[in-house]
Amino acid sequence: MKDLRLIKDYRQKPLPALLPVAIAILVTAFIAALVALPAAAIPQDAVANPEYRAFPVIGSRVAIWVVAQLHLMFAAFVLAVPMFAVIIEIIGMVTKDKRYDALAHEFTKLLSVSFSLTATLGALMVVMLVVLYPGVTQYMVSIFSWSFFPYILLFFLEAVFLYSYYYGWGKFSPKVHLSLGIALNIVGTAIMFIANAWLTFMNTPNGISETGALLSMADAMNNFIWMPINIHRMIANVAFGGSIAAAYGAYKYLGAKTQEEKAHYDWMGYVGNFISISALLPLPFAGYWLGKEIYAYSQSLGITLMGGTFSWLFIIQAVLIGNLFLAANYYLWVSMERIEGAERFRKFIKYLLASIAITYLVWATPHSLVATVEEARKMGGAHHPMLGVLGVMSAKNTAVNILILTTYISFLLYRRGNKEPTVSWVKAGNFAQLAIFIGAVAIVIFLGIFGYFVEAKVRIALSVPQVAVVLFTMISVTIIDIYLYRGARSRGKIKWGEMPARAQYVLFFIAVTFAWTMGLMGYVRAGMRQHWHVFGVMADTSPDAFTPTLGFASNVISVTVLIFFSFIAVVFWLTGLAGKKDWEPKEGALIPDGEHADEEVVR
Amino acid sequence: MNILVILAVVVVMFGLRFLKPNALAWAAIWWIGVYLVFRYGVDPPMPTSILGMFMFIISLVLVAYVTAANDRIREVADTLIAFFVNPEYKVALGLTLVLLPLLVAFQVYSGMSGQPQAPLLARTIHPPPPGSISYQGKQIDLLTVHNPFRGLEQSDPTVFEAHVAGGRAVYYQNCVYCHGDNMEGDGFFAHGFNPIPANFQDPTTIAMLQESYLFWRIAKGAPGLPSESTPWLSAMPAWETFLSEEEIWEVILFIYDYTEQRPRVSEEVH
Repeated sequence: MKDLRLIKDYRQKPLPALLPVAIAILVTAFIAALVALPAAAIPQDAVANPEYRAFPVIGSRVAIWVVAQLHLMFAAFVLAVPMFAVIIEIIGMVTKDKRYDALAHEFTKLLSVSFSLTATLGALMVVMLVVLYPGVTQYMVSIFSWSFFPYILLFFLEAVFLYSYYYGWGKFSPKVHLSLGIALNIVGTAIMFIANAWLTFMNTPNGISETGALLSMADAMNNFIWMPINIHRMIANVAFGGSIAAAYGAYKYLGAKTQEEKAHYDWMGYVGNFISISALLPLPFAGYWLGKEIYAYSQSLGITLMGGTFSWLFIIQAVLIGNLFLAANYYLWVSMERIEGAERFRKFIKYLLASIAITYLVWATPHSLVATVEEARKMGGAHHPMLGVLGVMSAKNTAVNILILTTYISFLLYRRGNKEPTVSWVKAGNFAQLAIFIGAVAIVIFLGIFGYFVEAKVRIALSVPQVAVVLFTMISVTIIDIYLYRGARSRGKIKWGEMPARAQYVLFFIAVTFAWTMGLMGYVRAGMRQHWHVFGVMADTSPDAFTPTLGFASNVISVTVLIFFSFIAVVFWLTGLAGKKDWEPKEGALIPDGEHADEEVVR
Repeated sequence: MNILVILAVVVVMFGLRFLKPNALAWAAIWWIGVYLVFRYGVDPPMPTSILGMFMFIISLVLVAYVTAANDRIREVADTLIAFFVNPEYKVALGLTLVLLPLLVAFQVYSGMSGQPQAPLLARTIHPPPPGSISYQGKQIDLLTVHNPFRGLEQSDPTVFEAHVAGGRAVYYQNCVYCHGDNMEGDGFFAHGFNPIPANFQDPTTIAMLQESYLFWRIAKGAPGLPSESTPWLSAMPAWETFLSEEEIWEVILFIYDYTEQRPRVSEEVH
């Protein structure tokens, strides 16, 4: 990993990315302005009977659904990468290790093309909203009219900071460059917060009269689930962005020709995955907060989400998240194969797997089961007397907390792989860590069981101490571990670049699973409004005012994920072009003026 | 739970520690063992949809275990290669090549020749309530409505108890026949229904719901259920035609009181 020639060799070739961005911004601004014009006097009839136009073949809903989801996935990636790029850059500055700076730079290379695609898809979405859903767009503009201008301005600033951060790498002093990165993150987060206000308003409207007229734009923005969505998306973006960056590392690793290249991209994949999984760990808690606020706003929305038709999508989500945790652990275990000395921890893998299997099964068990008539008759209904107990929040919370602790243990073993502690208090330190783990698991399980015997309000509140115990465990054990392994003796090397190919495919799997989960949950968040554009205010009177079947929704989400990864393949390819050598005519080939290429070279 | 099945599987799994089979055999035995526990160790049996999902998860976990270490993958690959190329396994290989398609054929045959089955039932037990309902001409907003007697529990316990007693009378005059003496969904008529009536003692039913939800379910009964909850499969009458608004709120008080459960309260939105 000491050899940095690879990174230094990359020539910075500005991709023609600014043009589509500029066009996208202009189109967005133009359309927003056009739409905003009649908004001052929106007729009341427009709220009751909004106008629609039909999109050919697939229909307006599916068209806007796919484009919005694609825009969101790219936006999530573009917002996430600068977050961890800046953090890695800071680590590089503090440790004075050039590898981190090079890695942060490599991550930002993915941004240029992705940003253009985000802007283009965003502009396309606005065009489609105006054309296909003019009534809804007009109403939304009447509520949020003035928020569009700072949005456009921030978007412009985002472009300025993003490109100056990327192209200015090594051109400014480290502090100035870091400031650009921080400014980029602040602007990006502000953009997301504004856009989140629009979409969360459609779920939990606020700041309007009974007839839907605007009373306060500030209240409309600060609606009931605005902040939970902001937090949830910020964490999820990092998890998703990290997984895509890790997939890029895997892609480059599989195509690497030299050992140095392999070592570099192995490390990149590892860091991307580490970022992704670190963000995944607190994500369920942010999700619970969001779910709780939705339920608090409306029992109807809450039950649609968690108890009604959409609850089946949560079962699919549980399977996907279970797979994510399993894959994340698996990657760490396979990674330990390339650490000399880590083989002594291999015996623990089966116990970690047993923990993952049990918690995964609990996590994925539905409350109401799909059964044949005969099976339902034997169970006495759709509730299984034993399994039904596992289908509620107390069991799920307990399972996910233990799943998180298990993943943390895998990471701890990986971290210790080639280290042998030398401090005098090794036994006491290990004992303290073990005691904390056992205590944490006991408390989490106790609170989970206790939740069945208390009223709903207390049961929901119990998730807080459960999370607190898990966070305390991870922080305290990490602190002990840092001191325990300070000055540790090395048992061998980490052989970067000697990862089996299957570990790289696991990184692809993690990225695809994240995208799928995002698509699924994005649909759930938007779809739970059912036949409302703005819940309880503006009814959907279009031909699409019905909830699609779960199978159809899953197909649309899967196709969207496929399209996204087709785009991502283009992003990877274009990003990889920056590191390629200049084109040169083949030896002996004719050049345009009829002379031979080799003569040209000589001359 | 069928303890005998579970014990037998545990004994075999314990024996594996001494037999030390290769990784492939180990994974196969574990898969079969877990399958036997899920299929025959759980009573009443779990539906095949859940069994399939559970075994999918177990398969993933076992594949992860076998492939997590390079030497285990090599061990599995060596075993498989030896099985296909080593002459001493010729008979076993031949039998496998014959039995495997026969097994698949048998599976297809038994699937096609069995009795016709009704399609799988994915019934939503707790469907989302509407925003408001019309009760005998009066509009009731389910998002904001509260049990008018719940506050008396603290402010005037004597009057509260009188309302609970009123609910008791309503319950034993109207509900007991299906939902049962002990509210476990096992009344006189219960066995004639499929699915059986709701079990209020189950901590995963009414304790999860707000009182307004129960009001909606009692008032509108099966005819008020959305299609995802198969209203044609429920015998619950729409009690709005038989009971007054006050009686419905009272019987809700009694159900929670008798089962010693608490309704989900409206939470403060932040």
